[in-house]
Amino acid sequence: MFDLDLWREIFQSINKNRTRSLLSGFTVAFAILLFTILFGIANGLQNTFEQEFVDTASNSIFIMSGQTSIASEGLQAGRKIQFKNEDYDYIKEEFSDKVEFITSRVFKSVNASYKNEKNSYSLIAVHPDYQFVEKNIIKEGRYINQNDIENRTKVIVIGRLVEEDLFINESSIGKYINLNGIQYKVVGTFMDEGGDDEERIIYMPLTTAQHLYGNNDYIDQMNLTYSPDLNYEQALGFSNLLTRKLKSRFSVANDDQRGIRVFNMAEATQQVDQMTLGLTVIILVIGFGTLIAGIVGISNIMIFIVKERTKEIGIRKALGATPRSIVSIILIESILITAIAGYVGLLIGVGVLELIGSGLEVYFITNPGVNNSLVFGATITLVLAGALAGYLPAQKASQIKPIVALRND
Amino acid sequence: MLQIKKLHKSYPIGNTSLHVLKGIDLSVEEGEMVAIMGSSGSGKSTLLNIIGMLDEADSGEYILDGLLIKNLTEKKAAVYRNKFLGFIFQSFNLINYKNALENVALPLYYQGLKRKERQELAMFHLEKVGLTNWAHHLPKELSGGQKQRVAIARALAANPKLLLADEPTGALDSTTSHEIMAFIQQLNDEGKTILMVTHEEDIANMCKRIVRLRDGIIIEDKKINQIRAGQHV
Ligand SMILES: Nc1ncnc2c1ncn2[C@@H]1O[C@H](COP(=O)(O)OP(=O)(O)OP(=O)(O)O)[C@@H](O)[C@H]1O
Ligand SMILES: [Mg+2]
Repeated sequence: MFDLDLWREIFQSINKNRTRSLLSGFTVAFAILLFTILFGIANGLQNTFEQEFVDTASNSIFIMSGQTSIASEGLQAGRKIQFKNEDYDYIKEEFSDKVEFITSRVFKSVNASYKNEKNSYSLIAVHPDYQFVEKNIIKEGRYINQNDIENRTKVIVIGRLVEEDLFINESSIGKYINLNGIQYKVVGTFMDEGGDDEERIIYMPLTTAQHLYGNNDYIDQMNLTYSPDLNYEQALGFSNLLTRKLKSRFSVANDDQRGIRVFNMAEATQQVDQMTLGLTVIILVIGFGTLIAGIVGISNIMIFIVKERTKEIGIRKALGATPRSIVSIILIESILITAIAGYVGLLIGVGVLELIGSGLEVYFITNPGVNNSLVFGATITLVLAGALAGYLPAQKASQIKPIVALRND
Repeated sequence: MLQIKKLHKSYPIGNTSLHVLKGIDLSVEEGEMVAIMGSSGSGKSTLLNIIGMLDEADSGEYILDGLLIKNLTEKKAAVYRNKFLGFIFQSFNLINYKNALENVALPLYYQGLKRKERQELAMFHLEKVGLTNWAHHLPKELSGGQKQRVAIARALAANPKLLLADEPTGALDSTTSHEIMAFIQQLNDEGKTILMVTHEEDIANMCKRIVRLRDGIIIEDKKINQIRAGQHV
C-alpha cells in the first residue's frame, strides 16, 4: 500500500536535514563512483590484452624453418632447411584428425601500381585456409579459393588500406594491379582487426607465386589451426609430436632449436589467460575493497543518524508512534537516499569514463567501461548494507522506553 | 481515572541501585487537577513518567482507565499513549524541523487521521492557544511561552483523557507562567483530568489538590481551594 503520509514525513525529514542526507548520500555516491571508475579501468586493461590477440586464431601453430645449429645423422650444422609442398601435404595427411585449417605461406615484397598510384607492400602467397587462420574478414568479393591454387590464376586479394591507397574513390574489385611488372586481377578485399599493418597486405594463391617467382615448390612457413576440441594439454602434445616428426623427417637433431621451429599459440594464450585471471582477481579485490569501505561508511553514518534522532524518536513515541512506524521511517529514508546517491555515483562514474576513456590508450587502457548489472549489483549491496546498518539501531531505538530516548540530548 | 498501589521504582547506578519510589499509593478521579510537589530528586518526574507510560515501574499496580498497565508491548503502549495521554514537558520537546502546525498535527498522524482533518484540527488547537499567526513558524522562531503553548496544543490535539505536565512553567517567567496556567485551568474546567509536577507553591495553589513527595513516599495529599490564574494577572 502506498502511504502518502509516510512519504511526506520522509521527504520532509530528508529535506529539513540536508547535511545528514548529503553526508550519507555522499558516502554511497563516492563508493559507487570509485567502484565504477576502478572497474572501468580494469576492464580497459583487459580489453587491451584481448585486442592484442584477436586477429590470430588462438589455436594456431606456426611452423618455421632455418639453419640447423647441431650436426646430426652425419650432416653438418649450418644446413638450411627448406619446406616444400610435399611437407604441407605430409602434415595435412598425417594429422588430418587434429588439423582444422592449414596453409603454406610464401613471403615477398612487391611494388604495386594502379594508374598513377604506386606503393610497396608485403605479399603473402597462401592457401584458401589462410583466411580462417588469420581471421581475415572479407569486405568485398571473395578470398583465394582452391580453383586459384589448382590453376595458378593471377588473382589477388588486397587489404582495405591497399585499396584505399591505390584506388582513389573507386572499387578495386575486377581491376588489375601491376605487381613487379605482372598484372593481377583483384578478386576481393579484406579487413583485419589486428591493426593497420595487417590491412596493408596483398594475398595471392600459393601456386601462382611459386610458379612466377622462382618456378619451384618452396614454402617459407606453414600455419595451421588445430581442432578446437583439443584441450591445452592435448594441443601441446600435438605440437610436440609435430615437431618431433618434422625434425626426424629433415634429419634435424631433437635438441636443435633453429632448424625447425614450431610455435604454439596455446602457450601464448595460456599466458594471456593467466594475465586475465590476475586482472580479474585484482578487479575483484578492488571491487570488494571499495564495497566494504562503502558498507563500513554507510553503516557508521546510519548508526550516527539513529543516535542523532533518538530524541525525536522519544517524542514520536510519547505521541503514540508504534515501533514499526519508527523503523520504517528511518529505513525508507536511508534506502531512498542510498539508492538515489548510488545512482548518481554510477552516472558520474560512467560519465567520467566516457570523458577520459579515449585518452587512456597510452596507458594500455582500451574502451574502459563497466557492466551495468555489476554496478547496479554494487549499488543494491550498498543500499541493503545501509538498510541493514540502519535497521539494527532503528529497531533498538524503537524498543527503548520513551523516557530514555527523551533524556538523550 | 487512575489507581496506583504500592508502586516501587529504582534506578541502577553502577553496582548499587537508587530506590526512587518507595511504595506510592495514589488515586485520581476524572476531572481532578493535581499538583505533585516535592524537593528536587524526590521522584516527582519519575512518578509522572510512569503514569504517562513513558517509563515502567518495578513493582506495584497501576490501573489506567480500568486497564492494568503491565508488561505491555511497545505497540500496545503506543496506542494507549496516543489515545489516553497528553504530555507537556518542561523542555517542550517539539520536533525542531517541523513547524508549529506540523508539531501539533503529529499525534493526529499517529491516530491515522487524514491529512486534511489533521491540519484543520491542529489549526483549531493552535487557535485555542492563540498561535494562529505562528502556525508556520519553526520552534526556534518561537519564544519559550509560545513553544509551551504549541506543546499544549499538541498534547490536546489527540483529545486525551489525562493531561500530564512536568513543570510546564519551569522554563517560563511568572507572567507567561500564569497565562499558561490560566489555559490549563480552562482545560480542567472543560473536564480534562490534569496531573502536573511543579516546584512553585503559587502554581500548585492553582490546582485543586496537592500531593507532596519526599524521598519516594507521599507525605501529604490534600484538596485545596483553587486560585484562578486570572486573579494574579
Ligand atoms: N535514568 C535514571 N538513572 C538513574 N537515576 C535516575 C534516573 N532518573 C532519575 N534518577 C534519579 O532518581 C531520583 C528522582 O528523579 P526525578 O527526576 O524523579 O526527581 P524529581 O523529583 O523530578 O526532581 P526535579 O525536581 O529535580 O525534577 C533522582 O535522584 C535522580 O537522580
Ligand atoms: Mg523532575
